[in-house]
Amino acid sequence: MRKPTFTAWLGLAIIAVYLLVLIAGPWLAPFGQEEIIGSPFGDPEPGHLFGFDQNGRDMLSRLLFGGQMSIGVSLSAVLISFSVGIPLGFLAAIRGGWFDTILSRFVDTIMCVPVLISALVVLQALGSSLPVLILTIALLDSTRVFRLSRVLAQGVNALEFAEVARLRGEGGFWLIRKEILPNVAGPLVAEFGLRFCFTFLFVAGLSFLGLGVQPPFADWGGMVKDNQQAIVYGLYAPLYPAAAIAILTVGVNLVVDWMLAGRAAPQGDNR
Amino acid sequence: MTDPILRIRDLVVSAPDGRRLTDGINVDLAPGEVLGLIGESGAGKSTIGLAALGYGRGGCTITGGTVQVASRQIIPGSRQDREQVRGARVAYVAQSAAAAFNPAQRLGDQMIETALYHGAMTRPEAIAWRDELIRVLQLPNPETFPDRYPHQVSGGQLQRAMIAMAMACRPDILVLDEPTTALDVTTQIEVLVLLRGLIRRYGTAALYITHDLAVVAQISDRIMVLRHGTLVEEGTAQAILESPQQDYTRRLVAERSAHDRLVKTRELGPQILSVDQLQVHYGQSQALFDVSLTLCRGETLAIVGESGSGKSTLARAIAGLPPQSQGTMRFDCAALPANYRARSRDMLRRIQLVYQLPDVALNPRQTVAEVLGRPLQFYFGLKGKALTEGIAALLTDVGLPVDFASRLPGSLSGGQKQRICVARALAAKPDLIICDEVTSALDPLVAEEVLQLLARLQQEHHLAYLFITHDLGVVRRIADRTLVMQKGKVVEQGPTEQIFTPPWTGYTGELIASVPEMRRDWLDDVLARRTPV
Repeated sequence: MRKPTFTAWLGLAIIAVYLLVLIAGPWLAPFGQEEIIGSPFGDPEPGHLFGFDQNGRDMLSRLLFGGQMSIGVSLSAVLISFSVGIPLGFLAAIRGGWFDTILSRFVDTIMCVPVLISALVVLQALGSSLPVLILTIALLDSTRVFRLSRVLAQGVNALEFAEVARLRGEGGFWLIRKEILPNVAGPLVAEFGLRFCFTFLFVAGLSFLGLGVQPPFADWGGMVKDNQQAIVYGLYAPLYPAAAIAILTVGVNLVVDWMLAGRAAPQGDNR
Repeated sequence: MTDPILRIRDLVVSAPDGRRLTDGINVDLAPGEVLGLIGESGAGKSTIGLAALGYGRGGCTITGGTVQVASRQIIPGSRQDREQVRGARVAYVAQSAAAAFNPAQRLGDQMIETALYHGAMTRPEAIAWRDELIRVLQLPNPETFPDRYPHQVSGGQLQRAMIAMAMACRPDILVLDEPTTALDVTTQIEVLVLLRGLIRRYGTAALYITHDLAVVAQISDRIMVLRHGTLVEEGTAQAILESPQQDYTRRLVAERSAHDRLVKTRELGPQILSVDQLQVHYGQSQALFDVSLTLCRGETLAIVGESGSGKSTLARAIAGLPPQSQGTMRFDCAALPANYRARSRDMLRRIQLVYQLPDVALNPRQTVAEVLGRPLQFYFGLKGKALTEGIAALLTDVGLPVDFASRLPGSLSGGQKQRICVARALAAKPDLIICDEVTSALDPLVAEEVLQLLARLQQEHHLAYLFITHDLGVVRRIADRTLVMQKGKVVEQGPTEQIFTPPWTGYTGELIASVPEMRRDWLDDVLARRTPV
């Protein structure tokens, strides 16, 4: 891996701050997320750095609570989608045959419906509780992880060192763990970063539509939605959660860019 | 000497990491002269060829020296100067014709593109010149050839089409970068003959880049021998071949003309492998037709043929890889299942495969110790100290230092990687090693060392080798018996000496006669023999 560039350091710093919010957000918050202590859309004042939201709750506290919720939901959704998608993708690649065909066609079927539509249908039908929300996003997303890991594994599996291992009599687990995984880890980690961003925006979008995290719990997407009328009066309220989403997305992408650039550096042909 | 058409002085080309690929090279090329650039990979020969166009490949930059084409300086010089020279005065012919053509455009259009781009000719002139070149290069059906797409013609024809494309502007200089290396020997002759005819007919000067001294001897007037980016020796082709001055050149010449057998006498053990009426299909097409062979312990059987002859398919079928094959195979008196999945672990252990490209045969993320340790652990359950000792013994066996165990393949040279592959096969204590073009991707002197290693190991471990190759020189040196294949069928088989002893007949004869020899008049001899006047 290359040495981190300046932008990569910037991205890593941003991610570190957000991780802090994920772990300790509620403890850092000066007020509770449901406490009404000011006037609706009240201006910033000492002790209330970002002012108040549409119900007169402390904006900074809700941002810190919402951060834990938003990041937590996205992170667990992405973790689940990768732990489902990668093993199935690798197995499909090395087994091939009917196993691959059935899984791949199933995934194709799911993928031809836009994710937002599928998610809306499922969440409407089952109701938007936190576990349902996370699982729905995770399983829908795992189709893309499946595709990527399948095609990466197929590429490595066709190489001769994988053939040597098969001819030695190695089982599928060894093939995956020793021959394939180390050679595709880079692209998968990069994909993890990207998918996290997408999921994060997706959760924000669902909350905006009222199907994500339910009130009174704070989350950044929902906060943008709840505070949207403030824009009409020229107030900053919805911009704080929006900025929180934007900065995290930029930070993750800076790190992913650095990782991908390291992979794409010229390997040097016949030198 | 007349004014050189190409004059390169003190050329320094640097890689992105600052390494010097060439260091102070001087080249003078007279009009109509052919200069051969010889060397192994990393010698800087392609780099010099591209520098003649004022170009550095893959992030390499020309950091020092001057390049003049027809008294016009392009390095150092402006971008416009270089663009006017490229394609028009100096043209480049690459090794892989398939990669040089746009697969979605007709050949004819691509062949006149340069001339039109440089405004050197009007379209009718360019077309007339192209059609003349097509006839000179004896491409089939000259009337319809320009209408074809690259995938519709053979490799040799495509290579000739690329030469015609390079000639589009009637350049003064052709840079030929391994133009025949990717071709079969019989096709190589055609291209060589036509290329030589073309250069003589139009008085074009050429830089001929290759690693094959025998090929360059046929076509060039002078030869420059390069190594690690510096000049080793320069002289007329005659002088280099007949009285090389430097030790490195002498070794190159000697290697190419070596015909003595590496193993003199051998006692053969009992029969270990027999293949009877083997057929392999890939979907609808049949790749092998009724191939039968036998192999004894301690014996080397060479499978020879050109690309598409089915020799690699045969190797893979014996290893149990193709999805469908029919016929019977027996290994050490037991039936050998057609699919490797149906074979016992012990059967898998006793047949090992060594591949052509060590780069993809070794997992780039595993250290040498992991690569060699796994078979020891997997088949023999070695652990701890016994495992470390086993790995050290294997490394010593293939002539590598023991401390290589902690290295990753990326830090090894091509020859060292191939030795690791051989060691990995040995680790299983096999009875049969299938060698699939194991020396083809290596430089001549390195290949020679690997061959000697294989010959020594065979004696020490009493191994049977199935040696797949297109290189008849190698066959002659290592094989007891030879099996010649063409289009999936066996056309001849017998003891190697018998096959190589004249009079040669049929396809085998054509193959043997097509291997370039280390003398200047070889090509003329072949031509004279072929067209009896």
